[in-house]
Amino acid sequence: MSLEKKIKPKTQINGGVLAFQGNVEEHLLALKKCGIQGRRVLAVQEVERLTHLIIPGGESTVMSAFLVESGLGKVIKERAQSGALSVFGTCAGAILLSKQVYPAEKVEPLGLIEADINRNAFGSQLHSFETEVEYLPTQQKIMATFIRAPQFKHFGESVEVLAHLNDEPILIRQDNVLASTFHPEYLEDPVIHRYFLEQC
Amino acid sequence: MKNESGIKLAQMLKNGVIMDVSTPEQALIAEAAGACAVMALERIPSKIRREGGVARMSDPKMILEIQAAVSIPVMAKVRIGHFMEARVLEAIEIDYIDESEVLTDADDQFHVDKTQFKIPFVCGCRNLGEALRRIEEGASMIRTKGEAGTGNILEAVRHQRSIQSEIKQVMGLSDMELSKQAKTLRVDLNLLKEVKELGRLPVVNFAAGGIATPADAALMMALGSDGVFVGSGIFESEHPEKTAKAIVQATTHWRDAKKVAEVSKGLGESMKGLSTEEIRIEN
Repeated sequence: MSLEKKIKPKTQINGGVLAFQGNVEEHLLALKKCGIQGRRVLAVQEVERLTHLIIPGGESTVMSAFLVESGLGKVIKERAQSGALSVFGTCAGAILLSKQVYPAEKVEPLGLIEADINRNAFGSQLHSFETEVEYLPTQQKIMATFIRAPQFKHFGESVEVLAHLNDEPILIRQDNVLASTFHPEYLEDPVIHRYFLEQC
Repeated sequence: MKNESGIKLAQMLKNGVIMDVSTPEQALIAEAAGACAVMALERIPSKIRREGGVARMSDPKMILEIQAAVSIPVMAKVRIGHFMEARVLEAIEIDYIDESEVLTDADDQFHVDKTQFKIPFVCGCRNLGEALRRIEEGASMIRTKGEAGTGNILEAVRHQRSIQSEIKQVMGLSDMELSKQAKTLRVDLNLLKEVKELGRLPVVNFAAGGIATPADAALMMALGSDGVFVGSGIFESEHPEKTAKAIVQATTHWRDAKKVAEVSKGLGESMKGLSTEEIRIEN
């Protein structure tokens, strides 16, 4: 089934960014650099025509509550599972895409990628950092920004790792779902956004 | 010199509500209601104003208890210029420091040299010049001063309008005029050039000081704020939990007046508030 999803061509790209809270503008800017006029997504009807949705960095507790309350969480999950919608979650977005979140009680994840994740895995803002990592699809060095970042714990066999930091995965993909624990929206050249739009 | 990581953390808070809390219980209510961060302080501004006396950094024990209770970022306030209080907060690994006029000033000549800290700072301002001077000192986030503890939105509106109209003015200046304006505002010319290029402040700009209702929050978003701080407005209201949720919804959905109307229904009494004439202006 995964193969079918991968080869399904998306003739027209309709991109959007979940806009409840967080780093929305920077992702819209990255999409613009890729030639896509992204839309802000706040309601169910705004996700229906989308082929590509980004869930940005921000606070996962906040976005989780909005996803439940608005009914958007359910719709995103259904459309992503049917293969109609590709989803890219960054930082808080990666938390929301995971199967299991630790600590568990404050966030209700969508479970779209076979991965478990720890919130605030590095500690407070004092431990936020930037570092160069290798982006495996093009084997180029990119600057990865980690802000109160989460960390993937376990992940399933169908999950592909696209970048590591100290042997830990920081960018993973499963079919039409992409997740990063860092902030690719700060890259001058939006290579990962382009990959998401073209390959996922 | 810039605290890049601090500037970016502030960007993650955008479109969100930062709430003042005095206890771990309040912090949990704020987090559950959808606060994107909390400000830990012993006395909320309205209480400071009522009780008077010197207002200082809060007890680190109380701040640590709040940090332990929630998973969202925790901020705390230091007195203007009190770099030692700031070092104390850095030592307990706070996420953000508010160098705040809500507390009593500690230095009438210098603000904290914020470039010396790994922990980022947010600072208040009333106009573009103040905002840029704070950014030059190393602030990673700006908020309006407003009139904290009053539940009166007048000053926050005045300050945000002032920043926005001064930015518009800067965007129309020639190089020669820009250089003159930098001198008038007592700010670095390159920083002013950056404002002209971006058409906005180079850091996140929140509204603060007097926000008491969902419509207040939506108003400040419509005036160009990136998010809002709500202090006394929540835990001085009749139904803190409901009010907190409503303000979070109104901040996200400010473009949708029907939604703001919906969440504004039946909130009970807002904080009583004060008109600015009734209080001593201390800025």
